[in-house]
Amino acid sequence: MSIPADLKYTASHEWIKTNADGTVTVGITAHAQDLLGDMVFVENPVVGRTLAAGEECAVVESVKAASDVYAPIAGVVVASNSEVESAPEAINQDAYAAWMFTIKPTDSADVAGLMDAAAYQALVESEAH
Amino acid sequence: MLKQTPLNAAHRDMGAKMVDFGGWDMPVNYGSQIEEHHQVRNDVGMFDVCHMLVVDVKGGDVRGFLRGLVANNVDKLTVSGKALYSCMLNPEGGVIDDLIIYFMTEDWFRIVVNAGTAKKDVAWMQQQAAGRALTITPRRDLAMIAVQGPNARAKVWEAIPGSQSVTEAMKPFNAVEFQQYYIARTGYTGEDGFEVMLPVAEADAMWCKLAGLGVKPIGLGARDTLRLEAGMNLYGQDMDETTNPLESGLAWTIDLKSERDFIGKSALQSRDINMQLVGLLLLDKGVLRAHQVVNTKHGAGEITSGTFSPTLQQSIALARIPLGIAPGAEVTVTVRDKQLKAKVVSYPFARNGHSLI
Repeated sequence: MSIPADLKYTASHEWIKTNADGTVTVGITAHAQDLLGDMVFVENPVVGRTLAAGEECAVVESVKAASDVYAPIAGVVVASNSEVESAPEAINQDAYAAWMFTIKPTDSADVAGLMDAAAYQALVESEAH
Repeated sequence: MLKQTPLNAAHRDMGAKMVDFGGWDMPVNYGSQIEEHHQVRNDVGMFDVCHMLVVDVKGGDVRGFLRGLVANNVDKLTVSGKALYSCMLNPEGGVIDDLIIYFMTEDWFRIVVNAGTAKKDVAWMQQQAAGRALTITPRRDLAMIAVQGPNARAKVWEAIPGSQSVTEAMKPFNAVEFQQYYIARTGYTGEDGFEVMLPVAEADAMWCKLAGLGVKPIGLGARDTLRLEAGMNLYGQDMDETTNPLESGLAWTIDLKSERDFIGKSALQSRDINMQLVGLLLLDKGVLRAHQVVNTKHGAGEITSGTFSPTLQQSIALARIPLGIAPGAEVTVTVRDKQLKAKVVSYPFARNGHSLI
């Protein structure tokens, strides 16, 4: 399972990409979609919603299970990907292209506290045993 | 330590994602559960069902023993090879297990029971058989491979030379012994096909032979969506020892008409029936799951099995709801913090390659 080096990660298997304008885009990792299997339902947070770090803010459901998605950092939702809600299987096809929502961080320094690719790789490997 | 079937290595070689399934290390899928589902509806697939247990009951008056042991009437079995689906009840009328009984001869009936209940089932059978001249033999020396789908029978005929002539005219829910194989026209998918029992030592070779003939392996994930579309109950979800089978869509298997007495009969006759098992079709977006609450005008019920249906491309469920709610009625299901609209429907939802809704 790929773990792009230019992204940040959480222990709950979200990936976080920092955009040029300071916003951050969130999705679930390739490892997470592999655990869940065929994705059939996605519900993103609405634009304008204020999120606390760690708050349950979205849901992804595969045929076999539902899983919550958590806000990696505090902020306000500024974009939500309706395409992935219409075609959840996009997450299985390319988890890092199938973004879910974008947050304007309350404090842009918060992103620095998230896991890097190496730390996330170690987490995935430890979960496999 | 998880229990392994004789096909464990084959699953890993085929790239299966393995999961703990009731203490057994089993394949949940080999890539895409949805693709595997369509593969069975449209063509052919094979399932490792070696975790299920074959039990042979032999001796004098096996039929008399089974008349009292199970809720369906084994006197319906008059022709060798004929199979019967039945529940085995406890004295309170709760379901110990659901099983398939094959009649072979008056001194040999074969029973196939669920993996998770196998130990309990055999103990119960042995307890009930005390004092009878019977042997109850668990056959862990037999493997079982289910080959299912519109092209399933043809593939088995290719894989087992000579089997076509003895099984081609065989109707569904019948079985025949052929060489070292026991071939039953049964399954858990709503498609045609065979369940083949064979010596454990030959299971891997048969699996690989079928694969070589183009039969794709299918995991337990698709097995669940196929059986739910086909409107078949799953033990432990849709019924168990605490549920009344008459409230679990199993009335058709409970013989209350004949004079015959069986374990659980008097309890069932004295219990009120307030609930029914129905199908639900989700009208809103989302996925129905077991244990979600169903809200009806006659009170609340509960989903017993729910999933996304690959054939219908929407979510379906079996639910136990109050009597008096008929097909066509609209109900709501509490999913997280929302009330989603669903329609009550008659099930099965899909069989033989297409939707029935």
